[in-house]
Amino acid sequence: MTPVEETVIEAGRPGRRYLQDLWRYRELFLFLAWRDLLVRYKQTVVGVGWSVIRPCLTMVILTVVFGNLGSMPSGGVPYPLLVLCGLLPWQFFATALSDSGNSLVSNSGLISKVYFPRLIIPAGGVIIGLVDFLISLSLLVALMIWYHWVPPATIALAPLFVLLAMATSFGAGTWAAALTIKYRDFRVIIPFVVQFGLYISPVGFLSSIVPENYRLLYSLNPMVGVIDGFRWSILGGQHALSLQSLAFSFIGTLSLLITGMWYFRKAERTFADVI
Amino acid sequence: MVDTVINVEELGKQYFIDHQRAKGDDLRHAIQAALQAPFRRQQWRGVRKIKEEFWALRDVSFSINQGEAVGIVGRNGAGKSTLLKLLSRITEPTTGKIRYKGRVSSLLEVGTGFHPELTGRENIFLNAAILGMRRSDIARRFDEIVAFSEVEQFLDTPVKRYSSGMYVRLAFGVAAHLEPDILLVDEVLAVGDAAFQKKCLGKMGNVVQEGRTVLFVSHNMAAIASLCTRALLIEGGRLELSSSPQTVIEKYLSKSRANAGVSLLERKDRKGNGRLRFTGVSILNDRMESIETVTSGQNISIVLDYDIHDSNTLHNAVVQIKFSGILGQPLFACLSRSSLRESFTLSPGARLLCKIPRLPLVPGMYTYTLWCTIGGTLEDYVSEAGKVTVAEGDYFGTGNLPSRDVGDFLVEHTWSAR
Repeated sequence: MTPVEETVIEAGRPGRRYLQDLWRYRELFLFLAWRDLLVRYKQTVVGVGWSVIRPCLTMVILTVVFGNLGSMPSGGVPYPLLVLCGLLPWQFFATALSDSGNSLVSNSGLISKVYFPRLIIPAGGVIIGLVDFLISLSLLVALMIWYHWVPPATIALAPLFVLLAMATSFGAGTWAAALTIKYRDFRVIIPFVVQFGLYISPVGFLSSIVPENYRLLYSLNPMVGVIDGFRWSILGGQHALSLQSLAFSFIGTLSLLITGMWYFRKAERTFADVI
Repeated sequence: MVDTVINVEELGKQYFIDHQRAKGDDLRHAIQAALQAPFRRQQWRGVRKIKEEFWALRDVSFSINQGEAVGIVGRNGAGKSTLLKLLSRITEPTTGKIRYKGRVSSLLEVGTGFHPELTGRENIFLNAAILGMRRSDIARRFDEIVAFSEVEQFLDTPVKRYSSGMYVRLAFGVAAHLEPDILLVDEVLAVGDAAFQKKCLGKMGNVVQEGRTVLFVSHNMAAIASLCTRALLIEGGRLELSSSPQTVIEKYLSKSRANAGVSLLERKDRKGNGRLRFTGVSILNDRMESIETVTSGQNISIVLDYDIHDSNTLHNAVVQIKFSGILGQPLFACLSRSSLRESFTLSPGARLLCKIPRLPLVPGMYTYTLWCTIGGTLEDYVSEAGKVTVAEGDYFGTGNLPSRDVGDFLVEHTWSAR
């Protein structure tokens, strides 16, 4: 017989072995992410194609509005390409944030009936965003071929910015999830944040058009650094990466992550009771 | 060697009941409170005070040994489910400590995590993972699960198209093939048709026989009696009794059988036309004295008082007293039509008397149901109209009674060796 492990549950001393538990439940994490991906496009005609069509349409609209109507500077890059490089990380963040925000509430049946480290649920939301993102990268590749765009060597750094986007989404997602379960107001607030965020992040325009005296305020949005960085890695040097905004983004992400985890862990103890 | 696998010490779970939900937990009030008194924690506490404390479970201590099957009995809201939730770590205790050894699976509901859009096959994997099975174990037992749940044909159909029976069978099929060291089960056997329930009970029995430790919440006393080796009675959040299933069930039923305590006159759940209503029952001994407790082998008489609605004499009456065991299983009936050649004529103000010589019941608690028809139409029916406690008596004149688990009845007989 395998050695039996002893578990102790004590009032006021939750999860002394949380990390161990997270590791033990890694399979469940994958199963839940797999379920969400499977379910996502069940009973749809276009199916996974939506992951490409959605950014494609948004790209067209943003190009028309900012590029053609607004005549924003593009720094010598085809405007659609410029938009798409901002749109993909943004949509990753937006999908991950909305999905993780709702994830606990939509899994309330599970939470009130079985134990597992609750953190794997909002984490699943990030995975969905990531998979969507990876699929929609094909659109970017297609567009680069169309415009005969040869990416600079900095493209090797792109995965780093994707990681940063994951961390930002996860930090914001844990906050959103834990808050939504207690205050359902966030079911209204999050879609609004997502909608609003599209215009205060450099998705349809370049960060360089933001006036100098608003830069600091503007850079407080951690997605600014992520998007600027991702765009820089693919479109290259013309869009010089502002180290300041990158540093801001990094600090912002880190604090989102740390406080998100802290709040989540604190709130997690009563999830089953308040759900 | 006896090995303790679950040890619970002074376990308690407190909830706050919010009496004014509207003023409580929404975001506006959280912000408002924070703005009004950003630094004063006192204020926060003040806000909380309108909430009433409620202990769903309090000072519960017990321990369970390897291989025991323990039934948890109690009324709705007594704290049974809270106990299971604490044991399965779904929620945290407010006080106390739980220790257990080995892997725990909790089955608080059938089909937890089933997704309607996914196919049967996908749901088997998903549900099993949720209940704590490893992927390799699931793959190994997949065919068994499918065979048990009898849904081979529909494995690739989304479960939203399943009939509710198929759904439940599949869900239970997965649950039945878990292999935890400790299994926590909450009232999940009350699903499916009779045949499937029987199958589930059988499966539970196997789990117990395999030497796993099982904690089992149910209102099905027959299931508790047949599956469990011990039972816990929980009342008002406290552990009232931990003993053999028989003893616990009796205590529970004697307290909770709400109707048995209600006087016959106040019973509202009667059936029948009501031209005649039973109004009282008393049990008499040989000397025609009313008694509370009877003994095995005693001669008793049961007297029924009744009331006739329009005070006319009723002809063609048939009366029956049916005795049932504590689990509700019928034992025997005293039917006037079978012991009496002709039917009764009942006049207002009279009483009915039923004599039972040498009461052939083993000690225990029994209930009786009253029934009366006039000319073939049902006039009064009172289910579990009252209860009788039978104490040890010298039925055979030897001072010995057979053990009560071999049957409910005592039958006169002789033995001889030739």
